[in-house]
Formats: sequence, structure tokens, C-alpha cells
Amino acid sequence: MLLIKGGRIIDPAGRRDETGGVVLEDGKVKDLISGPGAPKGFEGTVIDAAGKWVVPGLIDMHVHLRDPGYEWKEDIRSGTAAAAAGGFCSVVCMANTKPVNDHVEITRYIREKSEREGFANVFPVAAVTRGMEGKEMTDYAELSEAGAVAFSDDGRPVASSLLMRRALEYAKAFDLLILSHAEDAEMSHGGAAHEGWTACRLGIPGIPSAAEEIAIARDILLARLTGGKVHIQHISTKMGVDLLRMAKRAGLPVTGETAPHYFTLTDAAIEGYNTNAKMNPPLRPEEDRMALLEGLIDGTIDAVATDHAPHDDYVKRCEFIEAANGIIGLETALPLTLALLAGGKVAPGRAIELLSANPARILKLAGKGSLRKGADADVTIIDPDAEWEYREADVRSKSRNSPFFGWKLRGRAVVTIRGGRVTHSLLAGVTAGA
Amino acid sequence: MKKVGKKVILDAKGMERVLSRLTHEILEKNKGAEDLVLVGIMSGGVPLSKFIKEKVRAIEGVDVPAGYVDITLYRDDLSRAGYQPRLKRTEIPFSIDEKKVILVDDVLFTGRTIRAAMDALIDFGRPKNIQLVVLIDRGHRELPIRADYVGRNVPTSRNETVDVMVQGSREEWKVLLNESTPARGNQ
Amino acid sequence: MTVEWRRRHVLGLADFRVEEMEFVIDTARSMEEVLTRDIKKVPALRGKTAVNLFFEPSTRTRTSFEIAGKRLSADVVNFSSATSSVTKGETLLDTAKNIEAMKPNILIIRHPASGAPHFLSRFVSCSIINAGDGANEHPSQGLLDLYTIIKAKGKISGLKIAIVGDILHSRVVRSDLHSLGRMGASLWLCGPPTLAPREMERTGAKVTYDIREAVRNADVVIMLRIQLERQKTAYFPSLREYSRKFGLNRDVFSLAKDDAVIMHPGPINRGIELSDDLADCAQSRILNQVESGVAVRMALLYLLAGGHDAAH
Repeated sequence: MLLIKGGRIIDPAGRRDETGGVVLEDGKVKDLISGPGAPKGFEGTVIDAAGKWVVPGLIDMHVHLRDPGYEWKEDIRSGTAAAAAGGFCSVVCMANTKPVNDHVEITRYIREKSEREGFANVFPVAAVTRGMEGKEMTDYAELSEAGAVAFSDDGRPVASSLLMRRALEYAKAFDLLILSHAEDAEMSHGGAAHEGWTACRLGIPGIPSAAEEIAIARDILLARLTGGKVHIQHISTKMGVDLLRMAKRAGLPVTGETAPHYFTLTDAAIEGYNTNAKMNPPLRPEEDRMALLEGLIDGTIDAVATDHAPHDDYVKRCEFIEAANGIIGLETALPLTLALLAGGKVAPGRAIELLSANPARILKLAGKGSLRKGADADVTIIDPDAEWEYREADVRSKSRNSPFFGWKLRGRAVVTIRGGRVTHSLLAGVTAGA
Repeated sequence: MKKVGKKVILDAKGMERVLSRLTHEILEKNKGAEDLVLVGIMSGGVPLSKFIKEKVRAIEGVDVPAGYVDITLYRDDLSRAGYQPRLKRTEIPFSIDEKKVILVDDVLFTGRTIRAAMDALIDFGRPKNIQLVVLIDRGHRELPIRADYVGRNVPTSRNETVDVMVQGSREEWKVLLNESTPARGNQ
Repeated sequence: MTVEWRRRHVLGLADFRVEEMEFVIDTARSMEEVLTRDIKKVPALRGKTAVNLFFEPSTRTRTSFEIAGKRLSADVVNFSSATSSVTKGETLLDTAKNIEAMKPNILIIRHPASGAPHFLSRFVSCSIINAGDGANEHPSQGLLDLYTIIKAKGKISGLKIAIVGDILHSRVVRSDLHSLGRMGASLWLCGPPTLAPREMERTGAKVTYDIREAVRNADVVIMLRIQLERQKTAYFPSLREYSRKFGLNRDVFSLAKDDAVIMHPGPINRGIELSDDLADCAQSRILNQVESGVAVRMALLYLLAGGHDAAH
């Protein structure tokens, strides 16, 4: 039995924001306590969460674990260790592994390995098309039964509108969700940074915002046509947010996410040809960043997901145009998201919605995203005032491709508990593995 | 280096007399101005060579061709220069083949400047001979170089400097000897 | 002029102060005198080594740097490679480190990826001169264009300079914006909309799609080569259409000032961006650019490696 007491319980899905505690037993939430004290006669481990927030375990619904196939960049073990260090109890991993996760064997491999070695729950996403080639649908029903929680060709778009239509329509029968990497690949071809003044000045070929906007519009219209559910990944543009808002107003089955780097950085970060600011979609100008912040605040954007994309030095330490796309993000997501609260416009509950409750709801992860009685014992204890510096030496991921090294951050997960077991702890007296 | 004292060792009038004497010596040794050309070493040698040119005109009634050479690109001590040596200009708008080149410089010290100037001149042509006239010889030669015509011999120590001030009008010309505290280490 | 030259590299003109550009031009003037002598050699860079590391085909820039180095008595070595990307073999960094192990004083780099010289400057200890990186900059070209114009017109400030062609992909334009634009000239950039991004107006230059507007009353007209080898997807319908609307011929050039000069970074596509007769006319300064180029490159080599360790 484990008691977490005296913290601020922030559970938007459970409609709770008050001082209290939770009792965990046998991997489930056994009891909810009101007030700062411990229940009379409690026998078991106690974690004192005074001054901290106690929230439903965080869920990152967009990570690349690179396992199988690219284990030198990351594997299930190191990726989930990084997740736990960042406060995440669950991660949703994309299908662009090698081989591609378009077959039940791969899905099962990921589930089994993560159960054996993972420091977080791993929910695999299977590919929309075989080999992610954009030509043939995969066996959605069978993959779903094997444990795939959603479908995505992320890394690439599903170029054919007709195929995307069929996939959405077919998947509807099983109430399955497609996560869309929305990109018009012909428009973006050859580009390496946002098509705007910074890229023009640095002589870097550009990727226009329209490449993303066109694809988002298409996916929304296909959702409208078919009634199938689609979730737009890594939104980076203002028009993308506007389109999502319009879709929601029209009652369409569309949700959306963005990543911390899109609402923290702008394309100015590529100055000096910094390859650790290169990703797809690219960082955009300030106007888009502000629109993303608005979308996060007014509820248009449902989730914050990191698109954690580990890469080894070799593919980043080169000319800008040659460098691989992507940055790691599991260990910085929480403080960067908490920075939203600084203006006073956003309540802590909203941050937890973005990082836990909504991902669980969108992906229908039973028992996750809330601290109700009977829910899974996934808890993140956050010190919202902890001031720390993100240093390369502390990184748990195998890769080091982050633009945030040296940043002074505020807010940190001090204890991560998954299934009732501590997977990460910075608190004296609380050890991981317990 | 802190400058301790400045002494005027030659004033404008004194310089005029010395330069006159040098011009006479040049003309005497070369038996006139035939085939003479003047080349001043940038920057200090240039006003001096202009003065000598005028003096020759006054004495012999002849206009001796005069040019100037910048030796920066020929220096051997650039690695030791802690600053970016600024290039000046070289202008020798006449042939020096078979001419007697009178090289003019303000101060003769280690001799390296003269060596560089001779290298530059050889690239321009094949003079009959090269003669050197300097206003001040302050000693401390590091190469086997000697002047044919010397205005003044001024024995100095290594950490003194001799400044020939020939910018501005001739009434303001002077030569200064600067005594300074010993330099730290070797220069 | 007192300028303290502390540069270890010449990666681009973006961070050059105006005084530094003037200083290079001044140094080039002295170098040009050497080029008028019978013996066109000075020992200033004797014993120094410059390596031309060219990952893009180029004869004229490479030869220009080679001659510049040799005039200063440097040893010049040429290394050409057709490959540029990580996936094709040895990485750029490995290639450069290999060459660096042979202890050159200066690496002169031309590469198709913007930022390649900046990237290398973080890893090598010798000096780097950018001889053209992708669409980013070509600093020696920017400086020689400035020098050529000053020699032709006596000044740069107040001149109207038209630059016509593939502005989007041109590193020459980006360097000229610094060397000419920041020195007080009024720059007019012209090309078809697909090749002339409006963003360039942020530098103070004007962007127009009408060549007649750009050339009218211009003091200098710089024509850019239409880069056939770079267009992978069509930016304009055909070369015929392009040369009709954006090529310089007598008719269009007559709108410029009577004493206007024509420049071109070369090589020229005769009949496409520049008509045959104009390329060789009296007002063309194209060959002067080549001449100025050697002097400017001598100046850059000298300033980076002229014997002193001070900049390191």
C-alpha cells in the first residue's frame, strides 16, 4: 500500500482540485483522501507531497522509441526511462520503426518488451498503410486486437486523399482513430526550414505553412465526409489552429495536438544553422507561436505531445540541409507546458488536461488520465516551483538532440509512479524500483 | 612601455643642414645626377626623398625621378607582429633597369627593412647599383647591412626609440630620442 | 584607416562592419598594384598553404583563388569532390578533418549546402574562406562587385543598382545586399515572382517583377545567371519566355543611365539573361570583375594568413 498525502490533487477528469491524498494498492487507486492528513491507522509507505501537485500519470501521445530497428538512437528501455524522468507514466509510440509496425508481430514485440523492460506503459501505434508506403491499408482490426491503440504513418503523410478516405471509413466500424501527420509532401519537398524571412536570409530552402494547412484542411474534410475520427499531430501553424477550431465548431470528429517546441520557440532558433532546431514540421514565426498558445488556452488544441525524436550525433552534426529532423522532448515537456501558466490565463488543471486527461480520452486508454477510485495507479508528483537547469549530462535518453540545453526551467516531476511502482524519484527517501 | 623622457636630438634647421650635406655627398660620389633615381621607403623615407629631390634640383638643375616602396609584403617578421600590418602603396612609375637607385629611409636599425626593400626592388628590375641614405643610424644591426650616407650616428640602447617626425610642415620637423623603462622580456 | 582585423574566418558579409569591408577594398587596391608589375609575386604568404576544397564544380572562382594565393607565394592545393551529402560516403566533417590534418593555413570552401562553412568553422582550427555555400553567401564576390563598382563609378553611395535574375537561389545577391546595400546604394531586385521573394524588401531593397522598372535610370545593372542546374521543378514556363521578359538587351538597357555599367558574376548564358552584343560592349565591366576578383581574394588571403598569429 502506498499513500501520497498532503499534496494538491489536480484531476480535471475527476473534477478535483483540492488538497488531499491518494492510496494506491495492487496497481490501482484504492482510496481518495480529502485534506492533508493520513487516514487513521494507515500502514504502508507514505510519500509526503506537501507543496507539490499530485496528478494522474502523464501521457505522451507522440513519441518515437526507435525500437525495433534504430536501437542506437533509443530503445524501449532508455525511451521509457527518459519518459519516467519527465514525469510520464505512459507513452504512445509511432510506427516508423524498422521494420515498420504494420504487422501484429511488431505490435506484440513492442508490448511484450515494454512490459519486461519498460519504465512506462507503452501503447503502440500501428501504420495506416503497409510499409508506410501510402498504398495499401493494414489490418486495422487485427492490429487493434494485438494492442495498437491508434493508426498513423507519422514521419510521412498519407498522400492519397482517396486512401485516407477509405482508411477513415473502414476504421469507423471499429471506432478506431487515425493520427494524421498532415503534410503536402510535394509542397514541402527539398525544404529544411519554415519558408519565411529567416530561411530566406540564411539561404535555406523553405517549407511553406501551406504544406501543413492544405493537408489539415483535407483531413478535416475527409472526417466530415466519412464520419471517421482523425487527430491532427504536431500542429505548427496559425491557420492549422484556425482550421481545427472551425472543425470543432462544426461538430466534426477531429482533435489535435501540438508539441512544446512549437509554442516555445520560433524559426529564429535556426540561426547559426543550428540543427537542433530542425524538425518537421519546422519551427514557425512568432505569429504562429502565439496562435498555438491561444489554441492551447481556449481548448481548440486538445493535447501536448512531444514528438520525441531521438537522433545520434552523426546525423545532426552536419550541414543543415542534410541533418535529420527531430528533437528529443520527454524530459522538458512538463516545465515547458507549465510555462503556459505564467501569464495567469491558464489554470493548472488545463495543463494536466493537455498532458494526461485528454490523451487518455482521445485514445480511450482505460484507467488512465484520472485518479478516480479503481483507476490505474499511475501518478505523477510535480514540484511546480522547482528551478533547475536542463543539462546534457542528466539526459536519460540515448540521444542528445535538444535545443534546450542550458535552459533554466521551472517545474519538474519529482516522483513518477506507474502501476503503483516508483519509476523515477528526486525526493529524498523515495527510491525508484520500490 | 612607459615613456620616461623625450629629447630633441635634431630640430628643423638641423635636419635641413644634414639633408643638404647628404645630398651634396650623393652628388659628389656619383659625379652628378645622371642615371640617379630616388626610392623612398614608406612611410618615413618618403618626405625625406622629396626633400632630397628638391635639393638636387636646386644644386644641379635636374629632376631626378622619385618613387616610393611599401615593404609590408616583404617583411620577414610578420609572425611576430601582434597587429595586422596595414598595407600602403608602392609606386615606382619608371624603369629602374641600369639605374643607380638611391634608397632613402629615416632610421637604420636592425637592417631588416632595408633587406625587404632590396627584395622588392629586385622584383621591379635590375638596377646598376643600390645605395642607401639614412637620416639616423641608431646601431643594433642584425644583418650585414650598412648605409652609404648617414646623417647622424645616434648610439641607442635597445629599449630606446628614435622617432623622425616628418609629417606636417618642414618647420615642424624634428627627431626625437625616447628613453623608456626597460621592456619586459625579449622583443 | 585604423581597423583592427581580428577575423579568423570569412564566412559571410552578414557580420562584417562597413569599416571592415572598406579595409578589405583598401588592401585589394595595394594588391592590384602587384598585378601590374612584371614579376607578379610577393613573398607575403611564402610557406603558407591554402587548400581549395570545392564540393561544387567551379573553374573561375577556384582559379581566381589559386592565382591569388600563388601571387602571394602561397602553396595552393586543389581538392574537388562531387559528393556532398552524408549518405553518399565520407561526411563533410570527415573530409575537412582529413585535410586539416595536413595542416593547411586556409581552407577555401565551396559547398552546395547553406551553412556548410559555418558548420566546419566549429570543428577546424585553420582559417576558412567561404567561396559560396548553397544560397547563402559568396563574400568574395560581394566584395569584388563593390570594388568593381567603386573603380567604375568612383563611389557607391547614392547609386541605383539593379540585380536581375534568380534572386531566390542566389548567394551573390545575398552578399551584394551587404556589400552594396549597406554602403549606401539603392538596390532593385528583379525576377519572376517565383524567383524574387518579397521578403528581400526587409533589407531595404526594392523587389519588382518588371525589368524596365528595375533598369530605369540605373547606374549599374548586374545580371545573374539563370541556374538551369538548380531548378528541379519549373519556376518559369520556358527559357524563351524568361529571356523575353527578364533578359537584358539593348532596348531595355537603353533605359539605364547613359554611363551605366553592366556586370555579371559569370558564367554568362549568352542570349538568355544577357544578349550577345551587350556582354562585350564598352559598358560591360564583366572582365574587370574578374580582375578585381583576384585582387580582392589576395587581400582576403593576406589578411587571414599574412604571417601573423594574432587572429587566432
